[in-house]
Amino acid sequence: MTSLLTYTFKNLRNTSKWALRFCKFHLFFLFKIRFESSQTKSKKTLAKPNIRNIVVVDGVRTPFLLSGTSYKDLMPHDLARAALSGLLHRTSVPKDVVDYIIFGTVIQEVKTSNVAREAALGAGFSDKTPAHTVTMACISSNQAMTTAVGLIASGQCDVVVAGGVELMSDIPIRHSRKMRKMMLDLNKAKTLAQRLSVISKFRLNFLSPELPAVSEFSTSETMGHSADRLAAAFAISREEQDEYALRSHSLAKRAQDEGLLSDVVPFKVPGRDTVTQDNGIRPSSLDQMAKLKPAFIKPYGTVTAANSSFLTDGASAVLIMAEEKALAMGYKPKAYLRDFMYVSQDPKDQLLLGPTYATPKVLEKAGLTMNDIDAFEFHEAFSGQILANLKAMDSDWFAQNYMGRKAKVGSPPLEKFNTWGGSLSLGHPFGATGCRLVMAAANRLRKEGGQYGLVAACAAGGQGHAMIVEAYPK
Amino acid sequence: RRWLASSILIYFSYICRSFTRASALLTRTHINYGVKGDVAVIRINSPNSKVNTLSQELHSEFMEVMNEVWSSSQIRSAVLISTKPGCFIAGADLNMLNACTTSQEVTQISQEAQKMFEKLEKSTKPVVAAINGSCLGGGLELAISCQYRIATKDKKTVLGSPEVLLGILPGAGATQRLPKMVGIPAAFDMMLTGRSIRADRAKKMGLVDQLVEPLGPGVKPPEERTIEYLEEVAITFAKGLADKKITPKRDKGLVEKMTSYALSIPFVRQQIYKKVEEKVRKQTKGLYPAPLKIIDVVKTGIEQGSNAGYLSESQRFGELAMTKESKALMGLYRGQTQCKKNKFGAPQKEVKQLAVLGAGLMGAGIAQVSVDKGLQTILKDTTLPALGRGQQQVFKGLNDKVKKKTLTSFERDAMFSNLIGQLDYRGFEKADMVIEAVFEDLSLKHRVLKETEAVIPDHCVFASNTSALPIGEIATVSKRPEKVIGMHYFSPVDKMQLLEIITTEKTSKDTTASAVDVGLRQGKVIIVVKDGPGFYTTRCLTPMMSEVIRILQEGVGPKKLDSLTTSFGFPVGAATLVDEVGVDVAKHVAENLGKEFGERFAGGSLEMLQQMISKGFLGRKSGKGFYIYQEGVKNKNLNSDMDSILASLKMPSQPDVSSDEDIQYRLVTRFVNEAILCLQEGVLATPTEGDIGAVFGLGFPPCLGGPFHFVDLYGAQKIVDRLRKYEAAYGKQFTPCQLLVDHANNPNKKFYQ
Repeated sequence: MTSLLTYTFKNLRNTSKWALRFCKFHLFFLFKIRFESSQTKSKKTLAKPNIRNIVVVDGVRTPFLLSGTSYKDLMPHDLARAALSGLLHRTSVPKDVVDYIIFGTVIQEVKTSNVAREAALGAGFSDKTPAHTVTMACISSNQAMTTAVGLIASGQCDVVVAGGVELMSDIPIRHSRKMRKMMLDLNKAKTLAQRLSVISKFRLNFLSPELPAVSEFSTSETMGHSADRLAAAFAISREEQDEYALRSHSLAKRAQDEGLLSDVVPFKVPGRDTVTQDNGIRPSSLDQMAKLKPAFIKPYGTVTAANSSFLTDGASAVLIMAEEKALAMGYKPKAYLRDFMYVSQDPKDQLLLGPTYATPKVLEKAGLTMNDIDAFEFHEAFSGQILANLKAMDSDWFAQNYMGRKAKVGSPPLEKFNTWGGSLSLGHPFGATGCRLVMAAANRLRKEGGQYGLVAACAAGGQGHAMIVEAYPK
Repeated sequence: RRWLASSILIYFSYICRSFTRASALLTRTHINYGVKGDVAVIRINSPNSKVNTLSQELHSEFMEVMNEVWSSSQIRSAVLISTKPGCFIAGADLNMLNACTTSQEVTQISQEAQKMFEKLEKSTKPVVAAINGSCLGGGLELAISCQYRIATKDKKTVLGSPEVLLGILPGAGATQRLPKMVGIPAAFDMMLTGRSIRADRAKKMGLVDQLVEPLGPGVKPPEERTIEYLEEVAITFAKGLADKKITPKRDKGLVEKMTSYALSIPFVRQQIYKKVEEKVRKQTKGLYPAPLKIIDVVKTGIEQGSNAGYLSESQRFGELAMTKESKALMGLYRGQTQCKKNKFGAPQKEVKQLAVLGAGLMGAGIAQVSVDKGLQTILKDTTLPALGRGQQQVFKGLNDKVKKKTLTSFERDAMFSNLIGQLDYRGFEKADMVIEAVFEDLSLKHRVLKETEAVIPDHCVFASNTSALPIGEIATVSKRPEKVIGMHYFSPVDKMQLLEIITTEKTSKDTTASAVDVGLRQGKVIIVVKDGPGFYTTRCLTPMMSEVIRILQEGVGPKKLDSLTTSFGFPVGAATLVDEVGVDVAKHVAENLGKEFGERFAGGSLEMLQQMISKGFLGRKSGKGFYIYQEGVKNKNLNSDMDSILASLKMPSQPDVSSDEDIQYRLVTRFVNEAILCLQEGVLATPTEGDIGAVFGLGFPPCLGGPFHFVDLYGAQKIVDRLRKYEAAYGKQFTPCQLLVDHANNPNKKFYQ
C-alpha cells in the first residue's frame, strides 16, 4: 500500500500546478484511507497537507579527528571545502542547481567569519550561489539544516546544502582589549607626538592574550564543570559514566570495522596523507578509565577525559531538497526531515538537559510516542550528560516540577540508542555534529529497517534541539 | 460500619506501635546518627526552629553521640552535617547566655564547650564537618575543632565569628584555634570585625579544606539533593582520612609560608598586637570592651601556651557577657530580628510591579534595592537628564558589586533589566505600589498624588517617601486614603538598613502589610510608627539638632563638637551630620517641627541655618557647610567663612552645664527624652522599634543599645537628674516626659523586662 501511494505521488509530481493542487486533494484523501486501513501494519507517514515534503538526498562528513592531529595546519574553510567537495562527488549534484548554502560553526575564524561562502567558492560551487553561516553552539549545523527546511518549505528554494565545520586545532587568540585599543589609537594618531603619547601608555600587561571563552558567558561556568554537577544532581556514579563511554567507543569501533559509517569521505590533506577514518575511537578498559583523575571538579568529581567528548576537527554537509525536485532529478533520497523543535532552559543548572525538554515536545508535535522511534541519535557531550538526560526523561517528578508536564516521556531503550557510537567516541566538532546525527539516523533506518529516527542535542546557553527523521521508502 | 470501626482500631494500634518504637529510638531530638559502612553520619536538626543553635541539649546530645562513635569498634570515622536547609549551626543559643546571672556561670559554659571541642580536636577517628548554610560563632568553633571541613559553595554558606558584634568573644576555643588555622592577621580580622566569609574565600584562607558546588534539579529538589551530595562527598573524605589516603594538612603558598615564618619572630608578633590594638582603640574610642579583650586572649594563647589561652578565653568571655555593652548589643540583635518580620501578615496581593516617582538620590536608591531583589520597577521623572542621572546611580550601585565580585556582570545586567526608566505614566495601570520620592513640598506631593491616582488601579498602594511631611496631610487630597502610607527611607538607601513606615488613622491594615512586605523584600529592618510631625526618627533628631546649634552658638567649634559626639559613640559627628543632611533640609524640618512642638524644640537659633543658606553653605551637596568638601580630598577643613556667622550669633555659655560630658548629655538626653515621649504618645508601638529606629536610622550609639536600652541599663533616675539640671539652666526643652519620670520613680519599671 505504501509503495503504491508513493508511486502515485511520484508520478503526479511533475504535472502542472493545476494538477498538483488536485493531486494534493487527492493525496490527502488517499492518505486518510491508508491511515485508517493500515494502522496496525505500518505506521503513518508524517507528511502534512499543504506543506512540501523535504528530503535529505545524502550527506557526508570528513573523518573527525582529534584536534592537533592531521588537520592542525588547515583553516576551517579548508575542512568545510573538503566536506562540500565530498558531497558534490557523492551526489553528483549539478552545481548550478544549488540555490543556497548554509553552514554552522561555533568558534569563528575571524578572517572567514562567513565560512560558508569562503568554503563554497573554493569547493567549486557556482559563485552565483549565496551562502551564509549560522551559529548556535553545538546545534549550529542543526540550525543550518532547519534553516534549509524553512527555505524549502516556504517555497523560496528547492535545493540547499547545509553543513557545519569546526577546527579546534587553531582558535582565534586575541590581543587584550587594552592592547587593541592602543593599536587602534595608534592608527588614528597622525603626528609623531601623538603616536609617542599613545605608545607611552603601553604597559607590559597589555600583552597578556585573550582566549576564546571556554566557559558559559552568562554563568562563567565551564561546560565540564556543569556536566559534573548535573551528573551529581542525578546521582550518576563515575562507574556508570565510564561504562557508558566504553559502550560508545565499543559501538563506534564495531560500526567503523563493519563499514557502517558510510557518511565518511576520505580527505587528502594537502602536504599529508589521505585521512580515511575517525581517529578518536579508542575502546579502553574500565580499569584503565578508572585510573583517570577528574578533569573539572577536583579531586572528587566524576567527569574525566575518558567520559567526555574530546576537542575535535571536522566538517559535514548534507544535500537537502524538496521531494519533488529530488525525484525530478532522479534521486533516491535517504530520509525525510520532519518536525523539529528548539528549546531553551536555565543555563546554570540545566545547561545540558536540552534533549529532555525537546524530545516530548517534538514527539507531541509529530503525533508520535517513544515506541514509534526506531533509531535514537543523541549528541553525547558527556557520559554524565547523556545518563542525566535519560534519568530526567524517566522521571515523573522532573517532568511535573520543571517541565510543566503531567508525566514523564520515558527513557529511550538503549538497544535503539546511538548504536553506531556517538560524539564521545566519534568526536564532536561543535559546528558539524548535527549533520552527523541526521545522517547516522538516516543510515541506521535504512540499514535496520525502521521508519522513524529521533535526533536530539544539547547546546551551550542552555539550549536544545530535536528533530524527527523519517526513512525514505525504499 | 463494623469495617470502618475495625480499620480505625487497626490504624490506632499501628500508631501506638510505631509510637512506642519511635520513642525507643528517638530519645534525641536535635541529633541523630546512622552508620554508612564504617562512617558515622551525625545529622543535626533542632526541632521547631529555622536554625540550629548550640544549646545545652544539643551540646549534651552531641557528646553522647560522640562517645558512642568513639566506643564503637565498627566506626572508623565520622561526618557531621546539618539536615536543615541553609544552616549548619548559626551560633550559640543566646538565651542560654542571657539566663546566666553571674560571669562565673558564663565562664563555666565556656569551659564545658572548650572541653568538648578539645576532645573532638584530639579524636583519633577523623571527623569531617560538612557545612551547608550559615556556620557562625559556636558553629564555626565546632567546625574548626573537626579534622576536616567541606563546605558548599553556596551564597548561603558563610563562616564567621560574629561574637564581637554582640559585645562578647568566641568562647569555645576559636581565639586559640583560628590563629593557628588561618594565621594571626586573618584571625584578628575575622574576630574583630565579625565579618561573614563566603565559602570560596574560606577555602583560600584555609578555613575549609574542600568545596562542593550546589546542585541543580535532578529527581529531587535541588536543596535536598545538594545536602545528600555533600554528605556523600564528606563520607568519601572521611574514609580517605581514616585510611590515611588523604592528609588534613594543606599545602601553603609561598606568601603564606613567608608570613608564618615572620610571625614566628616574637618581635614581629608584638608589632602586630600593637598595630591591631591601636587600630581598635581608634575605631571603638574605648566604648567597646570586647575587641580589646579578644586581642588580649589571642595574645595570651600564643605567648603563654594554650592552657593559659583557654583559661583567659573562658574568663574574659564570662566578664564580657555581663557588660552593659554586651547586653545593649544583644538587645539590638534581638530587636533587629523582630523588625525583620511582618507582624501584619501577608498582604492580600503581593507587589509585583513597583513604580518610583522621582529619580533623585532617594528615588534611584529605592529603585536599586528593589530591582536587585527581582522586583519589576518603573522609575519616573519629569526630565531626561534627571532620569538619566537616576538610572546611572542604579547602574553604578550594581556595578560596584560586580567590582567587589559579589555579583557577576551577567547578574547585574539581568537585575538592571528590571528597571524601566520613563517620563510618563505608561504602565502605571499595572502597578501594585507607587512610591513617590519627589521634592519635599506639600503642594507638589499633592499634585503627584492626584496625577498618580488618576492612572493606577484600585488595589495599588501609594507610598510617600518623606522625612517630615505628615502623611495625613498628604493624604487629604486622596480619593482612597486607606491606600496611602508613608515609607521613610534613609540615605544612602542601599547602605542604610532602616525603613520607617508611617501609618495614618485611615491607612488600612492590608496597605501596611503590603508596605512592610515590600520593605522586607528590599532587605530593610522595619519599624512601623504612627503619623505625626516628624514621625519618630525625624522627631527625635530635631531637638538634638536644635541643641547642636545652641552648643555651636556657645562657642564650641564644629571639630570639637564632632569629636565629642563621636567619642560618645555616634558614628558621625553632630556638625558633620548637619552638613550631610543638608542645611536647607535641616532648617525646613526644624521650622516645621518647631511650629508644632513649640518650646520643647527650642534651643539654638534657626538664624544660623538661615545665614548659612543665604551664603550658599548647604553642606556637602554644595561643597561648603561647616566644613569644605572637595573631590578627592580626604581630610576636610573647617569652612573659615563660618566664623563670622558663628561670631554674630554667639551666646554666653553656662559653665556648670558646659563641661565636655554635659555637652554630650545635653545632646543625648534631649534625644532620649523625645524618644520616650514618642512611646508615651503612642507614635511608637514598642520600645524595640524605638531602639532599632534610633540606632539603624540615626546612628544612636549601638553600644548603648538605643534610647530605651540606654534608660534601662544606665538608670532612668540618672537621666531624669541630668534633664532637671539642664532644665534649670535652659528651660522647658529639657523637661523630662511623664513616662521617663515614672520609670525614674519606680526602679522596677523597665522597658525590657
